[in-house]
This record gives sequence, structure tokens and C-alpha cells, in this order.
Amino acid sequence: MGRYVVRRLLQMVPVFVGATLLIFLMVNVMGDPIAGLCGERQCDAATAAQLRSEFGLDQPLWQQYATYMGNVFTGDFGTAFNGQPVTELMAAAFPVTVRLTIVAILFELVVGISLGVLTGLSRGRPVDTGVLLLTLVVISVPTFVTGLVLQLLLGVEWGWIKPSVSPEAPYGELIVPGLVLASVSLAYVTRLTRTSIAENRRSDYVRTAVAKGLPRRRVIVRHLLRTSLIPVVTFIGTDIGALMGGAIVTERIFNIHGVGFQLYQGILRQNTQTVVGFVTVLVLVFLVANLVVDLLYAVLDPRIRYA
Amino acid sequence: MPEPSSRDSRGAVAGTGMGGTMDLAAGEAATLERVPGGPASTGPDSRPRSLWSDAWRDLRRNPVFLLSALVILFLVLISVWPSAITSGNPLDCDLAKAQDGSSPGHPFGFDGQGCDVYTRTVYGARTSVTVGVCATLGVAVLGSVLGGLAGFFGGAWDAVLSRITDVFFAIPVVLGGLVLLSVVTSNTVWPVIGFMVLLGWPQISRIARGSVITARQNDYVQAARALGASPARLLLRHIAPNAVAPVIVVATIALGTYISLEATLSYLGVGLKPPSVSWGIDISAASPYIRNAPHALLWPSGALAITVLAFIMLGDAVRDALDPKLR
Repeated sequence: MGRYVVRRLLQMVPVFVGATLLIFLMVNVMGDPIAGLCGERQCDAATAAQLRSEFGLDQPLWQQYATYMGNVFTGDFGTAFNGQPVTELMAAAFPVTVRLTIVAILFELVVGISLGVLTGLSRGRPVDTGVLLLTLVVISVPTFVTGLVLQLLLGVEWGWIKPSVSPEAPYGELIVPGLVLASVSLAYVTRLTRTSIAENRRSDYVRTAVAKGLPRRRVIVRHLLRTSLIPVVTFIGTDIGALMGGAIVTERIFNIHGVGFQLYQGILRQNTQTVVGFVTVLVLVFLVANLVVDLLYAVLDPRIRYA
Repeated sequence: MPEPSSRDSRGAVAGTGMGGTMDLAAGEAATLERVPGGPASTGPDSRPRSLWSDAWRDLRRNPVFLLSALVILFLVLISVWPSAITSGNPLDCDLAKAQDGSSPGHPFGFDGQGCDVYTRTVYGARTSVTVGVCATLGVAVLGSVLGGLAGFFGGAWDAVLSRITDVFFAIPVVLGGLVLLSVVTSNTVWPVIGFMVLLGWPQISRIARGSVITARQNDYVQAARALGASPARLLLRHIAPNAVAPVIVVATIALGTYISLEATLSYLGVGLKPPSVSWGIDISAASPYIRNAPHALLWPSGALAITVLAFIMLGDAVRDALDPKLR
């Protein structure tokens, strides 16, 4: 187990370097970051040169990357061009997005898995077909359409929720945005659970459990659901990163000041430090979530052991 | 127990994620009929049926396939020839009519700029279909060539390619699109398509790699190799025809998601920009007036949803026909 974790951690290094380098390169083709600094006017040459050397932009790209990564590992994510440390922006933005992601994941886990178990156990019946069609529709409607329509109906027409979320973003106000963020993944989780349950239902260990007289509930929850959750957990694990990055759309619709909001602002204002910093953290979250998922396999399926 | 690699399990997720079937009993019967080594199924002309003719036979009887194929045919027709069902010009707008409801000759009403929503919705199909088809073709070709070669030759190239795909998977797609496309000033579909190919190929490459590795181990491939067939002949003649099915399935479903992604990027202001006509642009432009003129938002949204749904259902049906095991 220990050796496995160490090996996986080592494998994460090239992926981390590659992803951050890629985003670093992408951000640097975004154009001249200095151009955005002087507002509408063009910077005069001397100011531009001074700003360049201040932010280290006069050095070659690989050196900028090396310096940046060196700083990141001492906890210094640089300074946004307005003089605010990027870590300060992160401290404000990440808690909001983490809360939003937690709400979304809870929806996926509770609603998605319940619907999946329900449909997987009743394949071919009307409830199964109905839920399947519903998942197809949910997958087909893009998140921003779902968000705008729910905002119109619940927030404006019926007044059940506030159309935009307050800066503190308490859990209560994040329920509908969380549902919107989760919607497509929710449909995938339902379909995955359904397929997996329906497949494992015919397996030997389930038949044994039924044969030895266990109550139906216990067979489903302890024997059937547990092993059926492996593909679902894999999906949710890879989804955590996507949810936090994909929150750009949801956060824009409901005016939530989280990671997506900061990234959107950073990209529009060509604020390289902010963008690279946030993406670096998102990549780390993605990699760690994947590792945790792989370790969870052994918990869910007793047949899997890590040497 | 071999350690589960998150890479492979994710491929499995992509494969089974869309799992679904409307016609279970017929499916199981078809599976039985097609079990390898089972009684040879022979057609009326007593020629052994191939996977493809079998799949085509299944598809022709599948109402889901027929319905989605009809919708797609219609979409392709109006994107090639929009003036067939509308006489208006999508850029012909009259501010005096802004946000008006429907009136004779203008069934969907007018948007915030006074443009006819019906005309714009019809013309928007062209953008979506072009982006979807071109991006899918690009992704499928690039992904299956790179993935197929990696799966066939293995070794260092395979290891490097697998790490590269890992890197691409770690970057959220919408985010990459925002960063890359925010610099683009050209207002055509090509940068959007290029971006989708750039970030989409790893998905197909993984699938192609996996299915080439499976096909490579088949006896007839070993036999051809023993007879001295060149690698090119092995790949093109023996492996590719037997490894291409999963790629087609995933690519069809991906087509729908690319259409959705184009609309999302245009909504965020980095995909296409006005005066281009795209559902994403119209939805984005209508969202501030959502209270007074919800029709300007709902019609393009509905068209977008139906288009994506049609492609995803088509992919689902093709998958059911090509790979009965996945049901």
C-alpha cells in the first residue's frame, strides 16, 4: 500500500509539470500582459520596461516557469497585477467554490446513486425508461441553459430563491447553483450506477447473499451496491476537478465570486499570475482526487489489494 | 491482483457512461446470435454477416435511431440551405421591434436587437453542425492515428503518449477554451474547431489505443504476422477494421458534446462573436432580457438541446448496435 502510494505520487510529477507548463504556455500566448495594465492607453516604453522587469517578464519563458514553480512550492503564488497577492484571492475564492462543489457532489451521490439503484433494479419497467430518457435530456441541455432557465423560473418568476448569490455564499443559497453544476454529471452517475447494478445483479456473490437468507435491503446495500460503486466513484473522482473548473459557467450565471469568477476575470484582463496560480491548484486537486479514487477501490471491492 | 489504473477505468467509464437501451429483449437475442464461435449466422444469401451489416440491420429497426437520424438529416439540410425554410436575413434587425412577441411571419418573435428569432435560430444550425462535424472528424482522425500507432507499436512512444494524454485530461476543457480562444480575433468557426481538436484527441486516442491492443492479440493477426505481413498491412488490413467500432461510437456521442461546448464558449464570449450567428451568441444576448423576452432565450436553447440530444441518441443507438456486450 505504502509503496503503491509512493509510486503513484511519483507518477503524478510529470503530469503536474506537463499540465502546468501547458497552461503556462497557453497563458503566455494570450498576448502582452502589460498591455492590460495601463488601462485604455498604451503604456509608455519606460513604464512598460520597468513593469516587465518587476514581474520578471523580460526573462526567457522557461526561466519564468522555473522561477514561478520554485515560488509556488514555498507558498508564493505571485502577485496579481493589481498588487494583491494571488494567495489572498485564492483564500477568498476557494472556500466558495469548495462549498459549491460539495453541494454538487452531494447531489450526485444522493440523487444520482439512488436513481441509479432504482432503475438498475427495475430494468425495462416504465420507471427505468422514464429516468433514462430524463437523463438523456439533462445531458443534452447545456449547463448554461439549465442555469438560465432555473434562474428565470425559481429566482425571477416564482421567487423561491434569490437570483444571485450573496458574496458570503452560504450553503442555503448554493443549493440551486449546486444542482445546476451537478446536473450533467448527475445524469452520468445515474446511468453508470444503473449499468453497474444491472451487471452485478447476476453475479455469484449476490446470489450467495440471497441464498443464505440475508434481507433484501442488506443484499442491495452491502453486497450489490458496494462493488457496483467502483465505476461511479471513478467518475466522481475525475469529476471533482471538472466541477471546480467548470464552475465558470455556473458562477457567472448566479454571480458567485468563486474560482470560476476569478479565472474568468483573470483571463479577460490577461492577468497571467492569477490564471496560472488558480489552474495550478485545480490540477493538483484533480491529481489528488484521482489518487484517492484509486485507493478507494480497495475499500469498495475486497478483491482488490495493493501490493 | 493488478492495480487498477485510473486511465483504463476512466476509459471504461466513457464507454459505459452512456449505457442505455430501449429494447432489452431484442438486444439479448442479438447477443446470443452473435457469440463468437457460436452457430454461424447466415443470411438469406447464406453469406456470413459482418459486424457492420448486422449493426445496420439492428439500426434500421431501432426507432430511436430513425428519429434521431431524421432530426439530424433535417439539421444538415437547413444548415446547407437555410433559405429553404426562411426568407429572412439573420442580420436584418429593426430596433423598433426589439423584444416583441410573435407576429404573423415571425413565429418566434424578436430578440433584444429586434432581429427575427426564427431566422436566427434556423441560421444558427449551420454553425453548430459545422463545428460538431469538423471537430469530430479532426478529433477522430488525429486521435485514432496517434492512439492506434501507440497501441500497435507500444514501447517508448506509447508511454510518452499516455503521459501526454494524462496531461490533457488534467486541464478543465472550458478553462482551456477560455484561455486559448480569448486571444483569437478571427471570427470564424475554425479557431473553435482547432481548439476542440487540440483538447479532444486524447479521449479518442485512449479508446483507439485500447481497442488496437485488444485486436492485435487476435489469432488472425498473429497468423498474418507469421505469414510475413508488413506492419502497415497488419494495421490497415487486419487490425483497423476490427478496432474502429468503439472509436465511431465515442466520436458520435462526442459530436453532441462539441456542439454544446461551442455554444458554451460563445455564451462566455470567446467562441464566435457577433455578427456571427450561433445559438450560443443568441442565448447569451437574450439572457439580460430573460424577464421581458424569454422567447428570445427559449427558442435557440430548445434548438440547441434538440440538436445535442439527436446526436447523443444516435451515438447511443450506434453503440447498442455495434457492441451488444455493453448493454
